Amino acid sequence: MSTSVTPAVRDAVSAIQVTGVDRVFTSRKDQVVALDTVDLTVAAGEFVSLIGPSGCGKSTLLRLVADLDTPTAGDVQVFGKPARQARLDQDYGIAFQQAGLLPWRTVAGNIELPLKLHGVGSDERRARSAELLELVGLSEFAKSHPDQLSGGMQQRVAIARALAERPKLLLMDEPFGALDEITRERMQLELVNICAETGAAVLFVTHSIPEAVFLSDRVVVMSPRPGRIVDIVDAGSLGRSQERTDEDRDAEAFFHIVARVREHLHGVPASGTRAMKAR
Amino acid sequence: MTDLLTRQAARDTRARLPITHAGVTTMVAPIVFGVVVLGLWQVVVVAFDIEPYVIPAPSDIWREVTANQANVLSAMGVTGRNALIGLLAGAVVGVAAAVLSSAVRVVDQMAVPVVAALSVVPIVALAPVLYTLFGAAVNTSRILVAAVSVLIPVYLNTLRGLRQVTAVHRDLMTAYAAGPLQVVRSVTLPTATPYVFTGLRIASSLAVISALIAEYFGGPIGGLGKSITSAAASSNYPLAYAYVVGAIVLGLAFYVVTLLVELSFSRHRSS
Repeated sequence: MSTSVTPAVRDAVSAIQVTGVDRVFTSRKDQVVALDTVDLTVAAGEFVSLIGPSGCGKSTLLRLVADLDTPTAGDVQVFGKPARQARLDQDYGIAFQQAGLLPWRTVAGNIELPLKLHGVGSDERRARSAELLELVGLSEFAKSHPDQLSGGMQQRVAIARALAERPKLLLMDEPFGALDEITRERMQLELVNICAETGAAVLFVTHSIPEAVFLSDRVVVMSPRPGRIVDIVDAGSLGRSQERTDEDRDAEAFFHIVARVREHLHGVPASGTRAMKAR
Repeated sequence: MTDLLTRQAARDTRARLPITHAGVTTMVAPIVFGVVVLGLWQVVVVAFDIEPYVIPAPSDIWREVTANQANVLSAMGVTGRNALIGLLAGAVVGVAAAVLSSAVRVVDQMAVPVVAALSVVPIVALAPVLYTLFGAAVNTSRILVAAVSVLIPVYLNTLRGLRQVTAVHRDLMTAYAAGPLQVVRSVTLPTATPYVFTGLRIASSLAVISALIAEYFGGPIGGLGKSITSAAASSNYPLAYAYVVGAIVLGLAFYVVTLLVELSFSRHRSS
């Protein structure tokens, strides 16, 4: 499969290596196959989006990588380590659809939370949170509480928090899902800049085709029941994910890739029988 | 431009005490209503020449309040002290029990029937038994009655609060590989705090009511309950009502103080 990753990066150990992963949820009555023999590799510094209809297991896959859930079968490696070890070593930063800020802490206090939990001294914490607030453009809100911020600003704080420990991997589960279109596009651009600055790999779950295409090096299209990878669409013709600008949204290549992703999403019958051909 | 917009948004959603939102009508309407009711009461009592044992006129009650100001205040002090000690003791035990229940499932399950029993039994009904147990010369029984009636709402609310930790906060703590004590300190307890104070607010009125009613069943004199019964027994109905006014003021004071504490702790929880 082709990627837009430079050879130097490709030689390094991959950020995520998912091999033959199944995840079956067993309730009293029946079994739901959330993921069926999923294989996926995300290179260091690469931006990969997971897209698909509700119930296709894209969030489940992200939770497996984050070790918030364990696979029924198969293997998940993060930076060449088992997912659990990677979590204990704090190798990734994570952001969810809900900002999930602690309402009783100030904005700066929220960003410093992971650092505080891991025993970083207060001077260093303060310096780091000031740096991150600058990065997400919220310096003047350091002492505000989350309920004083708009939804988009809260999400920016959550992203700053995810970046607090300079992770080389960001896991993002529909972080812009609850935002309006205008805020959303601005946040996407900010995320591109953040990735360019930090060089972090990103696994990004989304419902939005244009969002996935605009942000990603590769778009992983998934199908539901059982959750499978239908195809992986290369967005390399738009240039590297870290160098995207607003103009790319109007580029012809952009529309071609969007069309291809849409084709894969709609071309699959609900039963998921044709999904087999991809893998 | 964008900065201006975001700053505007920030100012608009700032948390405030609800009282600062109150307009003139919110403040004036209940005062007008109260004045009208008192006026009608006065007019009806005077016009129909109603006997004080049926209902005394507001002016008579107010005269007794001013004439017996020192007595009413000292009675409020006695009952208020019992209620306050009971409230604090009951709150400490209630919170501790809830923390234990939320941590140990067996304790939670064992506590269910006890809590159900305690919440259906009117605790003041125990007052006569407690007077026999601790002696009628001390306030212990009254404090105990107040404490037990406080225990249940504080326990139930705290327990509920301890279970309010959201899935996203739990996931976050797992992602940070936080230890159990870190989770309790950084998420569970702060989440529960406003619920503890909601329980305290509900319990504060109960504490005053229970401490007062317990006086009806015996014990040393001096409190509001005793003063109401003795004034009524000597047919001094306006004086009995004067002590009732004291009871209302005391109950309101407890309520307002706990409400303000609750609000200050839940200022930033709305999101």
